[in-house]
Amino acid sequence: MKKSWFWLLIVCVSFLFISANAFAESGDTLIWGRGGDSVMLDLAQATDGESIKAGIQILENLVMFKKDSMEVEPQLAVSWSVSKDGLTWTFNLRKGVLFHDGTPFNAQAVADSFNRIIDPNHRFYNFGKWKYLSLSLKPVTKINIVDDYTIQLVTAKPFAPLLNNLALWLCPILSPAAMEKYKDQIGMNPVGTGPYKLVKWNKDDKIILTRNDSYWGEKAKIERIILVSIPEPSARLMAIQSGTIDIADDLDPDSITMAKANKDLVVKTVPSINIGYLALNTEKPALKNPLVRQAINHAVNKQDLIQAIFQGLAVPAKNPFAPSIWGYNDDIEAYAYDPAKAKALLKQAGFDTNQVLELWAMPVSRAYMPDPVKTAELLQAYLSAVGIKSKIVRYDWGTYLKKTSNGEHDMCMLGWLGGNADPDNFLYGLLSADAAVTPGASNVALWKNAEFTALVKKAQVVFDIAERAAFYKKAQVIAHDEAPWVPLAHTTTIRVYNKRIHNVPLRPNGLNSFQMVEKD
Amino acid sequence: MTPGYLFNRLVQLVLILLGVSIIVFLMLRMVPGDSAQLLLGEFASPQELASLRAKLGLDKPLVVQYWIYLRNILSGDFGNSIRTGAPVIGEIMERFSATLELSIMAMGIAIFIGMIAGVISAVYQQSIFDYASMLVALFGVSVPIFWLGLMLIYFFSVRWQVLPMMGRLDMMMDVPRVTGMIFIDSLISLDFEAFWNAAQHMLLPAITLSTIPMAILARITRSSMLEVLRKDYIRTAKAKGMSEMVVILRHALRNAFLPIVTVMGINFGILLGGAVLTETIFSWPGLGRYVVDSLMARDYSAVQACILIFAVLMTGINFMVDMIYAILDPRIRINE
Repeated sequence: MKKSWFWLLIVCVSFLFISANAFAESGDTLIWGRGGDSVMLDLAQATDGESIKAGIQILENLVMFKKDSMEVEPQLAVSWSVSKDGLTWTFNLRKGVLFHDGTPFNAQAVADSFNRIIDPNHRFYNFGKWKYLSLSLKPVTKINIVDDYTIQLVTAKPFAPLLNNLALWLCPILSPAAMEKYKDQIGMNPVGTGPYKLVKWNKDDKIILTRNDSYWGEKAKIERIILVSIPEPSARLMAIQSGTIDIADDLDPDSITMAKANKDLVVKTVPSINIGYLALNTEKPALKNPLVRQAINHAVNKQDLIQAIFQGLAVPAKNPFAPSIWGYNDDIEAYAYDPAKAKALLKQAGFDTNQVLELWAMPVSRAYMPDPVKTAELLQAYLSAVGIKSKIVRYDWGTYLKKTSNGEHDMCMLGWLGGNADPDNFLYGLLSADAAVTPGASNVALWKNAEFTALVKKAQVVFDIAERAAFYKKAQVIAHDEAPWVPLAHTTTIRVYNKRIHNVPLRPNGLNSFQMVEKD
Repeated sequence: MTPGYLFNRLVQLVLILLGVSIIVFLMLRMVPGDSAQLLLGEFASPQELASLRAKLGLDKPLVVQYWIYLRNILSGDFGNSIRTGAPVIGEIMERFSATLELSIMAMGIAIFIGMIAGVISAVYQQSIFDYASMLVALFGVSVPIFWLGLMLIYFFSVRWQVLPMMGRLDMMMDVPRVTGMIFIDSLISLDFEAFWNAAQHMLLPAITLSTIPMAILARITRSSMLEVLRKDYIRTAKAKGMSEMVVILRHALRNAFLPIVTVMGINFGILLGGAVLTETIFSWPGLGRYVVDSLMARDYSAVQACILIFAVLMTGINFMVDMIYAILDPRIRINE
């Protein structure tokens, strides 16, 4: 009797192993492994990358970035124009587009999708929290429906970067019927016009998307996308090595080295649009003199820092924004790593080497600053090598942001993910005199340069890209000479995938629609 | 079991839960700043703030606020998550079923193997089996879960490809959710393929999770059995000519059971709280990860609800352990 139980158990356990078929999968399904689950798929409310990755397969905007760059191209709008005074943007909308719920896309849908964000009296306004309004539709004061397929956005003053804002994930067009139906749960039930639609969402586990067969453009090649959350990076690496998943996101540098050595995997990289920097508070007496700030720029060994902190997966920064964004001034010569010159400049400036400057280290890691404490320690060492004493200061993230925006620091580490990839986002947002007003300054160097600010403001009101780029290039020269920052690094955006999938797009911000991806 | 014993235990349980609810309630009120703002996050609109303040009675005395709070949680209203805007109770229940299923499986493995190993080690004390199993138990409590999980994945999923490495079911497979526990749901829908698939998915995480309770159970069973095996009544039973098996299982093990049940209860309670590491390694959508994510996002409603639910689980399990004591040992129910 006892023996038979034992044998039954053995048989059951062997059956468990033998019947394992976890590796059978069809070529019609793309499995995409990432570090965490999405939070919400109404992208107008989304603030995290995992939500955006899934959401942009489902939702579309009026305009979108090209698939491999940050240039803007038509999506749900076919063309657009700006009035002479620069205040009215007119968009001609694509005809014959249907939302996933079968309702038609038209000017009313655009108006509802946008008004819910900017108009507190709109009936959908209280169904969401529009956290990043300042990055999206804030400049828009009024929306006019001209006819079913023409819509106008009116701004209070001319604002050229608006087009890039509209291409951001924050300005998706959703089905008004669905917004009405799901109310504040629209984020769990997004209904858009995109190449894929949401089928199922098991929280913290997987999101299943299926091809939208009535898509207006070229239909998606792969029938199904499954986004799975694999929080542990080593497990994610093993999952792609074993072929369980097709794409692995956010691998750590060691895993990427291993992935590069694996002949079944492809590691695709593009320079990103982010920047990590050390802001020098220009209002502190010790840092008021540009010579001192230039000296600090010469003191930092960026190449060494990138090897130590980013394990080579970044490029040194010399300007306030990345080379992959138009308007980048590549003629500027970077401050070379030169401790002797730094010392000479400090001497010339009459810098008091006995004072101790506060070096504020971010308490959280970000793509542009993966190991803030180690970075701070390295910076401290570079500074001490040229005779600048510093001590590392830390606060929790909320306090850190608040205190730095009050200008309480001497030097602080920060970064910017890149937002809408318009130079305005970096130069006006992070370095203009308008942004240097405390409390709440986003220009944490508190650098107030009238000439620079005038240039970037002029660039906001002209609509010709070449003309705008000229202003920005001039502004970058001033920022370089005055050195309110030590620009540290732009990271590399990486996508690791199995070589059985093809046409994998990679935008500098790493956020792409997978409509054209194919699988053997 | 006397009704008095049961009643006493129930009263204690309710008092403890009230105590926990007061602490959780005061925690939020004691954080500097507006409670409504903390619950809704920094992007709440003035209307939302006003309506939550009214709902929680924040302008009323603390006692009244507590009463409102108690009434809300008793009706299952734990507020909405800051991160997703959805009611937290639904979010927690969705994940709790995954954790419950895994915990039961892990505890089952731990009890089955741990107790057998403990009993055999005690009966054949100082044998090779005894030394070997206690060495394995020592390994079980001291090996990092993290390392063990990754090794299991490496060998069983990557090298030999016999067991899946992540999730609860194959990517393409799903069963209609009734209880949320796939084992049960697959049986309800008579989907035996899904049942086996779920079993395969559960094996590696359950083994990983079972190592610590298994090791503790093995050691406790062994020492408790050793104590009992030296008692006079065991010698008497053997002298009466009863079979070895009956003596060990009926006379010795039943008497050795009290400390074992205690350890089982505590360990099961800990497992139900969610195992962050195991869930993370095996991409298991359980409660442990949810709690950590909520803490990181300062999602107060979610964290509060989790604390309360853990308290309910822990006290509930303790209550059950007390009941089992009384069944096992008549002295306990009579002395009370």
